[in-house]
Amino acid sequence: MARLNRTGTEEASVLARARALSTLGPLLALILASVFFTTRTDRFLTSDNFSLIFQQIAVVGIIAIGQTLVILTAGIDLSCGAVMAFGTIVMTRLAVTHGLNPFEAIALGVAVCTGFGALNGLLVTGLRLPPFIVTLGTLNIAFALTHITSNEETIANLPVPLTFFGDTFRLSQTSITYGSVLALGLALVTWFVLTQTIGGRHIYATGNNPDAARLAGVRTRRVLIAVYTSAGLLYGIAALVLIGRTGVGDPQAGQSDNLDSITAVVVGGTSLFGGRGGVVGTLIGTLIVGIFRNGLQLMGVAAIY
Amino acid sequence: MSAVETGVAVLEARGLVKRYGSVTALDGADFDLRPREILALIGDNGAGKSTLIKALSGAIAPDEGQILLNGNPMHFRAPLDARRHGIETVYQDLALAPALDIAENLFLGRELRRPGVLGIVFRMADRQRMLREARTHIANLKIRVGSVTQPVETLSGGQRQGVAVARAAAFASRVVIMDEPTAALGVKESGQVLDLIREVREHGVPVVLISHNMPQVFEIADRVHIMRLGRRVATITPKSHTMAEAVAYMTGATSFKTET
Repeated sequence: MARLNRTGTEEASVLARARALSTLGPLLALILASVFFTTRTDRFLTSDNFSLIFQQIAVVGIIAIGQTLVILTAGIDLSCGAVMAFGTIVMTRLAVTHGLNPFEAIALGVAVCTGFGALNGLLVTGLRLPPFIVTLGTLNIAFALTHITSNEETIANLPVPLTFFGDTFRLSQTSITYGSVLALGLALVTWFVLTQTIGGRHIYATGNNPDAARLAGVRTRRVLIAVYTSAGLLYGIAALVLIGRTGVGDPQAGQSDNLDSITAVVVGGTSLFGGRGGVVGTLIGTLIVGIFRNGLQLMGVAAIY
Repeated sequence: MSAVETGVAVLEARGLVKRYGSVTALDGADFDLRPREILALIGDNGAGKSTLIKALSGAIAPDEGQILLNGNPMHFRAPLDARRHGIETVYQDLALAPALDIAENLFLGRELRRPGVLGIVFRMADRQRMLREARTHIANLKIRVGSVTQPVETLSGGQRQGVAVARAAAFASRVVIMDEPTAALGVKESGQVLDLIREVREHGVPVVLISHNMPQVFEIADRVHIMRLGRRVATITPKSHTMAEAVAYMTGATSFKTET
């Protein structure tokens, strides 16, 4: 009996370690990629280059946090990039063309994106349509609205509050945008919710086995609506960070962000079947994708690949 | 039914009727479960076992008839209603979330919160307390697993069923209902689950057990409730009747004379 117990706990601790290892694989890939690019180009490991990487990945990083929540419930959100693009147009149009107070314009833009998220959630739970179909539909709606409301024009001459998250501060040698800090902060909040709160447990349970979760008393529809709505909120914040980075409202923005964010989430070790993974992996996944893109460009590989 | 008998039963049903279109699943079914007993529910396919269980656990509402818990009429609209009254159900296979660990599964849907602001405002889970209590529940039923932080998918079929039973037993104050708990298990693992069921009874909670496995039923049950065509045709004990007789009642080859 004593022996059985001992092997039992040993087994368990091995398993617990294996579970902690799930982010170690992506982390190893990240380190290997960094070492590889450092040896191939001497411009890679410079503080200027890293501040560029952090700027480049902040927007897709924030989107990927929302995407992580959705994928953990065994869903997928294709509408994220288009919703964000519409958010940028709403914010810039209202602030520039209609002369609205920039803070009100930001609030309305974020609200519109959150509304899109809520719509996704309601359609997924209410009509019981697959998330792939629902978000493909809202992608097209957001895409069309972006082009109608922008007249295909880039909106420039933005007031200061809209571009704040593109501003930088210096941390020793590296200049860092406030947008990157915001992305990190949002990841931290999401990590807290997913790992420390009851709502987080319910997200994992709903993605892992929705029937079991429902029978155990988890209100799975409410969980799904909350997840899609939070994702929409994150896309709205990503829209503001994107405006800060580019300095304009661009109707062509965000068209590949749905695939980029899904890539970041999956590379970070979150399962497309739901219930496994987390936001730490997504952070690493976003870095991997960003570093590959940057490193290959530095090596002179044409951007089209 | 005399008043004395009503007082004795923990869970009782009288004249339950449930129709699905032209199909009558329950046709005036009676049921009674006494304190500290294991009651097996047997019957041929379509005899109404599952429908009866669903009515008792709140998954469906009967068209007619009454359900009494400790003599009080109940109207369950959802499984959650029944659970609030201390009736827990172990489902055959869709009970657990495999990627979550044992403790998380035990407390799924009723997680303990941290005391104070952390729990009320931030809805923080009290992981340490849940781990402690999970260990106690697992130990109470003598379930052999390494650690409560082990994901359920790393457990054998018998251990998983053990976790499902532990969850029901931990929260059931009145009744545990089990739907074919050994159907997917091997001989040795089935034996472990049967021991668990006895353990639940030892803790003072009566168990309703649906099973197709006659030797198992006769090994473990205190009484056997036999259904046929949506009604209770007999309630026997393993001591007073043989398996062949039970099968005869199930199939309608003989009819039952005296109620026990």
